Amino acid sequence: MDTLGPFLEILIGGLLSGVLYSLVALGFVLIFKASSVFNFAQGAMVLLAGLALVRSLDLLIGYGFPVWAAVVLALVFAGGVMALTAYFAERFVLGPLVNQDSLTLFMATIGLAFILLGAGQIIFGSDVYPLALYPTDAWILLESVFPGGILVNKLDIWGGVIAGLLVAGLAIFFQRTKIGRALRAVADDHSAAQSVGISIDWIWFVVWLASGLVALAAATVWGTKLGVQFSIVFLALKAFPVLIIGGFTSVPGAIVGGLLIGAGEKLAEAYLGPFIGGGIEYWFAYVVALLVLLVRPQGLFGERIIERI
Amino acid sequence: MSRPAVSPKAAVSPADAILSVKNIEVIYDRVILVLKGVSLDVPRGGIVALLGANGAGKSTTLKAISNLLHGERGTVNKGAIVFDGVEVHNRSPNELVRRGCIQVMEGRHCFGHLTIEENLLTGAFTRHEGKAEIAKELERVYSYFPKLKERRNSLAGYTSGGEQQMCAVGRALMSRPKMILLDEPSMGLAPQIVEEIFNIVKMLNHNEKVSFLLAEQNTNMALKYATYAYILESGRVVLDGATATLRENEDVKEFYLGISTTGRRSFREGKYYKRRKRWLA
Repeated sequence: MDTLGPFLEILIGGLLSGVLYSLVALGFVLIFKASSVFNFAQGAMVLLAGLALVRSLDLLIGYGFPVWAAVVLALVFAGGVMALTAYFAERFVLGPLVNQDSLTLFMATIGLAFILLGAGQIIFGSDVYPLALYPTDAWILLESVFPGGILVNKLDIWGGVIAGLLVAGLAIFFQRTKIGRALRAVADDHSAAQSVGISIDWIWFVVWLASGLVALAAATVWGTKLGVQFSIVFLALKAFPVLIIGGFTSVPGAIVGGLLIGAGEKLAEAYLGPFIGGGIEYWFAYVVALLVLLVRPQGLFGERIIERI
Repeated sequence: MSRPAVSPKAAVSPADAILSVKNIEVIYDRVILVLKGVSLDVPRGGIVALLGANGAGKSTTLKAISNLLHGERGTVNKGAIVFDGVEVHNRSPNELVRRGCIQVMEGRHCFGHLTIEENLLTGAFTRHEGKAEIAKELERVYSYFPKLKERRNSLAGYTSGGEQQMCAVGRALMSRPKMILLDEPSMGLAPQIVEEIFNIVKMLNHNEKVSFLLAEQNTNMALKYATYAYILESGRVVLDGATATLRENEDVKEFYLGISTTGRRSFREGKYYKRRKRWLA
């Protein structure tokens, strides 16, 4: 029982911090599914959403709005900024590059990332802005079972709840709605989708908007945890191994991948760290991703490539 | 040698044509001239075939009409395309589908990771009726393709070529088209399946009053089911006429149906054919 308590605490903490990686990875998956564009700008979108949210929130509270109204208005504003970004990305970056090589599109999103980062910081400022949307205090569970109980951060729980809602919402959107079906059709075959009258511009806008809103959701959680700041962009890099493990085209894969990485790196740090001198957290995810690439390149949940013979 | 008369008249008078293509020129990548002035008419409720060898420009003609050329960096830089009384040159594919002109692409292009039923439903993307109406439409499509109903829940990528072709036609049908541009439905299919698909085309034409423009390499089949045909060679219409006439045409027999009535031909006659083609073009 003495060892089980800390183990559970590390495991739960790891799983919940993994959820945060998943939130970023989700945005990637959405865009990749619909346009096979690997969107390097996803991290920049999280930062932009966070900046728009926190700055407008501060401003509104400064004007004396009640907190709930300010939060709602700020969320709407940040959502609007993401819609504008989606429009910009579709109209000026991806639209003109339809049917180009996916590497070309990838390079274009790198450019887009720098534009979003620069523009975001010019407009909204480049300091560290604290955000307090969720409670951040600790919560001690099962004190009667384990000595000292299990310590869980309430913010992480919120992150988990939000990720769960997003996944459920997106799953319904993709599987049950007409637009969702059209999105999957576009993902499968651009030109065939065009031939049945699906307008690609519109679908791409919808998909960038959806991934912008996912970025906003991620920004609320990350922002509360670390403050809204430039380094959020680097956290988005952790989404790559998550995607490789989960599969680039799978929404559930992004979640499971995030959980595996989150739990894995925390457990490795705690149990392997003492033997090899620590610092495992920083590279563990990438090594796991490499192994997955060798064994199962499409990831755990990636779409199998259907080939008829 | 005999020179059977080729009807110089157009298939229909422009007034009752659902589609008329007037002297279009298509250029890919700004340099490659693929269509060098193609004109054709499809009568309302007719089946018209577009014949020719590989690279003759059949697919390009269809894509120019449905405006799927844009994605392949092709442009129509001359001529006019009138569908159902409206000039549609350079309208988006989305708008054309809404107006009732839909293309079934060469090679079927089903959405492999969607089920057959989902594939069919994507065809109704441009329609904004209620669920009940769409469900009725689905049943109607299944009534033409009972095989698809059996396989409604399997992923399209795992179905046979014939089923995929049916799925592609059924998907187009879901948009309630006035006209279907059908690009090589026979590609890679067993003769029996090809026959089946052409029969369905005939049925759709008869029961649903859907007009067809059919690009085919299978000349025999196309001449059997269509009422009028155009023959394309290197981006030009070299021959056109009612299919009954064309079936009897010596050149068509010789070069497209592989039937020779006069035995072996001399090299000189082959050259004569080529020269005459240049004249016609």
